[in-house]
Amino acid sequence: MTEEYEPKILMIACNWCSYAAVDLAGTSRMRSPHNIRIIRVMCSGRVDPQMVLEAFVNGADGVIVAGCRLGDCHYIEGNYKTLRRMALLKKLLEQLGVEPERFRLEWISAADAKKYVEVANDMVEKLKKLGPLRISFEEISKLIEEVKHIE
Amino acid sequence: MSKKVRVALYWMASCGGCEEAQVDAITDELSVIDYLDIVFWPVAMDFKKEDVEKLPDQSIDVALINGGVRLSEHVEMAKLLRRKSKIVIAYGSCSSWGGIPGLANLYQKEEILSRVYSEVPTVAEEGRRPQRKYVTEEGVELELPEFLPMLLPLNAVIEVDYYIPGCPPSPETTLKALKTLLSGETPPRGSVLGASSRALCEECPLNKTKPDKVLVKEIKRVYNAKIDPEKCLLIQGIPCLGPVTRGGCEALCPRVAMPCIGCYGPLDRHIDYGGKALSFIASIIDARSEDEIKKIIDTGIPDPAGLVYKFTLPASRFRMNLRKWGGSR
Repeated sequence: MTEEYEPKILMIACNWCSYAAVDLAGTSRMRSPHNIRIIRVMCSGRVDPQMVLEAFVNGADGVIVAGCRLGDCHYIEGNYKTLRRMALLKKLLEQLGVEPERFRLEWISAADAKKYVEVANDMVEKLKKLGPLRISFEEISKLIEEVKHIE
Repeated sequence: MSKKVRVALYWMASCGGCEEAQVDAITDELSVIDYLDIVFWPVAMDFKKEDVEKLPDQSIDVALINGGVRLSEHVEMAKLLRRKSKIVIAYGSCSSWGGIPGLANLYQKEEILSRVYSEVPTVAEEGRRPQRKYVTEEGVELELPEFLPMLLPLNAVIEVDYYIPGCPPSPETTLKALKTLLSGETPPRGSVLGASSRALCEECPLNKTKPDKVLVKEIKRVYNAKIDPEKCLLIQGIPCLGPVTRGGCEALCPRVAMPCIGCYGPLDRHIDYGGKALSFIASIIDARSEDEIKKIIDTGIPDPAGLVYKFTLPASRFRMNLRKWGGSR
């Protein structure tokens, strides 16, 4: 393989701040890596840990959950809930064998396009160093298929 | 309820608790036994695999299979029973989602074998492992089943028609499920029988003391917490999984001041029970700074996977730990 490994990163961004920051980065013609796929949600407090697990299973090499800065949440309390959930999820992901670099929580304000670009570049760089997940979910499915055919 | 129902009961990677629950259920209501014709039950009756093989296909009405799939033998037996039975039921949490033995999926096969046969202090002969094939002095060749790379729920290897949840399913759950089947009703494939479709809190006697919003400054662990048996465990800081767990057990644990640990498994709408449980438990933490939150989590929840995936890891979206793994059997 001569092609360079390009990690796939899913960013779940809140409508009011972090998504606006990504938008601003675009309209300001800032260069940002193409590895990031974005899903917009109304609030980072809406991000269920099940979504993050689902992202990894569906092929993400890394996941970023992004919300307004603490204290600036459009819904006042939403991102504090995110903070609690993601802290516990981080610990769970480690137990499940996912390296800590693959999952991050970031607070990006609507004006901070620069921060979005920095976070995205940093994540891509780290994941390129790390490589793909040590075991892919296709491998697990293949293994189950093998077990199924035991006579 | 005129004709007798032909039933097969089988166990895989399990503790025997499910068999006790089945005996309990039948002795609770002896009349049920009149309708059952047991054709296979390794724990109690002397039938062999050959006896099942000799039966015509589809001749067993219901097969109740408990335990997780851990050995190649389990795969063989599950497939055999599937062929011979009209209805296959995953009985208990292990068969439905992996159960407690499924937590072994946090480790890889080699780690488990090395721990059991080399590292524990009670090892008799260092490094000696069971061999798949063994020839006795008389020249008889014996074969042991293969220890699979992970534990799987029953539905990963065969089609499962219904689920009866619980660790073990309560006698009431078992009887309710059996009666549904005896009545000739055919719920949609994949249904959970004998349990509720609503969260456990709804049937918990402590629910009336639970406020709309639960927030706690500390998550406590059961072994050293002083628990008031009259109050909702959540407001006392005990991580009770009632709000995210299927009801049907009549809240056996919270009734005696023990938190629900999730043995009746996910509600219909959950994608990943552990993810949902984690989301809920984290949301009751009453802290706003990262350090404070970390402190509460580290003292109260040292093992999140053991808390939220106690019964469902092999059926979760990840199914297992992704850490250093060879990728082959």
